[in-house]
Amino acid sequence: MLKNREDLIELRQAYEASIKLQTRKILVCAGTGCVAGGSLDIHDELIRLIEEKGIKCSVELEKDPHDETIGVKKSGCHGFCEMGPLVRIEPEGILYTKVKLSDCRDIVNQTIVEGKVVDRLVYKVEGKPYIRQEDIPFYAKQHRVVLEHCGHIDATSILEYIAIGGYEAFEKALFEMEPCDIVNEVEESALRGRGGGGFPTGRKWRQVLNQKEPVHYVVCNGDEGDPGAFMDRSIMEGDPHRMLEGMMIAGIATGSHEGYIYVRAEYPMAVSRLENAIKQAREIGLLGKNILDSGFDFDFHINKGAGAFVCGEGSALTASIEGKRGMPRVKPPRTVEKGLFEKPTVLNNVETYANVPKIIIKGAKWYKSIGPESSPGTKAFALTGNIQNTGLIEVPMGTTLREIIFDIGGGMKSDKPFKAVQIGGPSGGCLITPNLDLPLDFDSLKKVGAMIGSGGLVVMDESTCMVEVARFFMNFTQNESCGKCVPCREGTKRMLEILERIVAGNGKEGDVELLLDLADTISSTALCGLGKTAAMPVVSTIKSFRDEYDAHIIDKKCPAGQCKKLITYVIDPELCKGCSKCARNCPVEAISGEIKSPFTIDTSKCIKCGACLENCNFGAVKEV
Amino acid sequence: MANDNYMIIDNIPVAIEGEKNILELIRKAGIDLPTFCYHSDLSVYGACRMCMVENKWGGMEAACSTPPKPGAEIYTNTPKLRKHRKMILELLLSNHCRDCTTCDKNGECRLQELASRFGITSVRFKNTAAEPDIDDSSVCITRDRNKCILCGDCVRVCNEVQNVGAINFANRGSKMIVATAFDEPIANSNCVGCGQCAAVCPTGAIVIKNDRMKLWDEFDKEDVKVVAQIAPAVRVAVARSFGLTDGNVMGKIVASLKRIGFDEVFDTVTGADLTVLEEANEFLDRVSENKNIPLFTSCCPAWVNYCEKNYPELLPNVSTCRSPMQMFGSVIKEQYKTSRKKIISVAIMPCTAKKFEAVRPEFKREDGSPVIDYVITTKELIQMIKEAGIVFSEIEPESIDMPFGSISGAGVIFGVTGGVTEAVIRRVATDKSVNALRNLAFNGVRGLEGVKETTINYGGTDLKIAVVSGLKNADNLIKRIKAGEHYDLVEVMACPSGCINGAGQPHTDFDGRKERSDNLYEADRMCTNKRSEENPLMMSLYNGLLRGKVHELLHVHYGKEGVHND
Repeated sequence: MLKNREDLIELRQAYEASIKLQTRKILVCAGTGCVAGGSLDIHDELIRLIEEKGIKCSVELEKDPHDETIGVKKSGCHGFCEMGPLVRIEPEGILYTKVKLSDCRDIVNQTIVEGKVVDRLVYKVEGKPYIRQEDIPFYAKQHRVVLEHCGHIDATSILEYIAIGGYEAFEKALFEMEPCDIVNEVEESALRGRGGGGFPTGRKWRQVLNQKEPVHYVVCNGDEGDPGAFMDRSIMEGDPHRMLEGMMIAGIATGSHEGYIYVRAEYPMAVSRLENAIKQAREIGLLGKNILDSGFDFDFHINKGAGAFVCGEGSALTASIEGKRGMPRVKPPRTVEKGLFEKPTVLNNVETYANVPKIIIKGAKWYKSIGPESSPGTKAFALTGNIQNTGLIEVPMGTTLREIIFDIGGGMKSDKPFKAVQIGGPSGGCLITPNLDLPLDFDSLKKVGAMIGSGGLVVMDESTCMVEVARFFMNFTQNESCGKCVPCREGTKRMLEILERIVAGNGKEGDVELLLDLADTISSTALCGLGKTAAMPVVSTIKSFRDEYDAHIIDKKCPAGQCKKLITYVIDPELCKGCSKCARNCPVEAISGEIKSPFTIDTSKCIKCGACLENCNFGAVKEV
Repeated sequence: MANDNYMIIDNIPVAIEGEKNILELIRKAGIDLPTFCYHSDLSVYGACRMCMVENKWGGMEAACSTPPKPGAEIYTNTPKLRKHRKMILELLLSNHCRDCTTCDKNGECRLQELASRFGITSVRFKNTAAEPDIDDSSVCITRDRNKCILCGDCVRVCNEVQNVGAINFANRGSKMIVATAFDEPIANSNCVGCGQCAAVCPTGAIVIKNDRMKLWDEFDKEDVKVVAQIAPAVRVAVARSFGLTDGNVMGKIVASLKRIGFDEVFDTVTGADLTVLEEANEFLDRVSENKNIPLFTSCCPAWVNYCEKNYPELLPNVSTCRSPMQMFGSVIKEQYKTSRKKIISVAIMPCTAKKFEAVRPEFKREDGSPVIDYVITTKELIQMIKEAGIVFSEIEPESIDMPFGSISGAGVIFGVTGGVTEAVIRRVATDKSVNALRNLAFNGVRGLEGVKETTINYGGTDLKIAVVSGLKNADNLIKRIKAGEHYDLVEVMACPSGCINGAGQPHTDFDGRKERSDNLYEADRMCTNKRSEENPLMMSLYNGLLRGKVHELLHVHYGKEGVHND
């Protein structure tokens, strides 16, 4: 139990020494993706094999160790999820990809014992191997601040976090800074909220600090719900203490003594890692009453969200914590005035808090040196869709889409060309080829009618139907609307209805105009951010791909060939050999013909399942 | 600074005088900004988005939830706003039953009114209105979920004002509904029947149970004598519906009822006078025995329901006096018990909960018939007058019938919060001088505040009295009493401001309630007899019909038959 600052410093030094004695480290990724791939078994197997060799290995840091050991750790997400399960070997920095249980013996025998690289586990691009993780193009262009520890330390150990300098920022804020100093520093860093809105964090903190009401709260929004986004989850799982430290600093800065973490129940690993981290921090005395004899009290509560996307909206989130229906309320009063339990509340998202410790330690000036002046720092993005390297990345703000998609992401997965990228999830818009050199930051994106959102990037190639994309996101938003205000509840329902009829080939002339009318009313009059941005995917796809909408409505064709109801299957009589395979595979007997003469498809019977196309050996079946 | 205290609304400066939001300011400026979900008595919900206004930079704000900003310029009627309002109406209508002509709310529906105001002649979306989904399990209200526009007014009044919480939102997005717990029929919920949900509902989603259809048939039966009693609050809430200025139109109501076909028309004030005498005795007895103090009044059936469901342990503290309606109903049936004709006893009430009170098993006579056969609300009465083709403004007033032709002012003021208390004080006060009576008006029991307190001295002892209206206020008071605060008498009326604002009355705002209250006190002033005991009828009743039957006819013990409402 740490009684004062000296105790903490002493502890840090002790474990710094301990970590140095781990001359070799094996970091097995224990992010959700790799765990699903069996990484926990790999972790256990590696320990078993190493011990079998009679080599000393340590899972946990030891106090006052004397011998050198091999540390085998469960690390946070490395981000390169496409290639998981991942195993990193230090000090060489080797990254083994797609590791299977059966590979463990080779890793131990060749790498650990003999110091050789297992070639088949090394990442390769076009035959070129990349042995060191940092050399892999996916990592080379990244700049990791928030995710710096993910993949490099044991995500489940507070001692390891402290040993590499964790809680130093908290310590500094607690003993060397006044609340207003902390707020000044954060304000000067120009850190902006990473949850989507981009509101200056320091200004928010100052507003809470200045409230007369004595009780304040710090709340973390971990209700990440955009389809395809998992930045916050990775931080909570991979470096939970960093986020807790950020919240504790916010507590000192704003005079708050309780922190609430609202995290999706669908993130069980994040919940358990956070629970574990909080327990550890309590046990060693970094949480509770009179922390390190400073007079400052702080502790955490974890609230599990029941799966409503709208609870990511600030006032719905606080209502949900209070046990009420998760529904946004009208503002004012704003959350900084009357937030959780009607008290002034700092509400930031996971990534924002995770930025704070580094800003306190290295200073605002350092932070501002990364990225553009108006939106400094880095941003984590989740790359998904038709891209080579799906996964989690962190880049300086202002990095262009081209760099992200083609350098880090490795370009398109298929041979089809890039078409668009959906940024900001269901609240965002699509960016197209002319936007590829756009620097990604809050202000540049706003100018083109998109938003960074929480950081989901869904990459799409030419085979994607943009009307269908708009329908998909509208379906999501419509399902997730809380139902409170009329424009969002009824308007999204009607937009979805119109989009559904367009992709089904029943679109009417004037539908696009009606969609735009609806979008205008919804975005102008909806109560909360979810509603105000609900129409964004539709408006932006209409703006960039109006011709696709018209093709669906007027020509009843889907240019991308994705909308099943708009496809007609025909048999080219020139190519058809009359083998009857298609007819035999048709589930509805829509194909008929004489053997050895061309077959035909009865389109009135055809259900467009595509079985004929798949089964034709001569390429005679065509989609038109 | 010149512009410190006003806002510019549609280019006209409007002084800010403590308005909570721009909407109030706009309405003060004489602009009827449309809303579905705004009620000054309820929390700001901000869901209908009809009250959006445009600022001078083209930005949109919801007027209901934006505080006035000195010097700010806003516009309430711009092309953008008209477009959005029409779109919102279209969206609501696309999902809403459009059989206006057969709707109970026809002519009083806010959606219908605004659709007409904004000239919605067609809807660009598929009509997805579902078939009616009726819950008529309650004897007080009828719900049709598919006429609901989810403005949340009912939810807020039920939770915030009445603390009942029988209904709330369930499900999400376009599947959202207003529902009871586990979506049970409302009669199986903790609903107390106060009907305030129906009072605030802008559409036909919650309406007062219609009992007038059956009643109409009674008038034509040969062997039936239809007798009416009219509650105090009714007389001051009818005029406006017929284009008259607010006022006491008791005489016109009596004449209309006669025209409709009632054989005898009486005044519930007679029952109120009986209640005063009985309750004053009970009160003094309990005070002297120091037993079951505080005494809670029992006139309000929604309150009795609330007490049974939430504080059954307090039932011994609830007065055993029947409500004025039941006392008088019992007297009426007793009076005519030898009549050759079947007596149909009808009560014209400002109240939906009275419909429930009328069917309570406690109020069954020996022959199994109820004391009150029909409860017709003020709104239903207005409908019946219209249906009968009576030109209300023209009809000559008539007086109530004998043998119950005399009333007291004390009974008249039962219709407003504090009235029962004042009537009881008039009865128990030892100083019967005119001045003492006048002073009573200023001792704290009058006024429309939800919680009032006063102290009277009786026989050298100070008796502490609380007067609450609105069940949330009642609940808070009970919590204080349970925490140790002492009161001797507590008057509870479930509806804010008392019966004048009953859910059976045409809905009105605070100013309207004030008007009704003033008119009741005015009616009291016009009464020759100020105190219940001065009503000559009382003496003859106690010496005649009630002799030996006071307990049987005028008292009741709630809680013996368990919790009712199913």
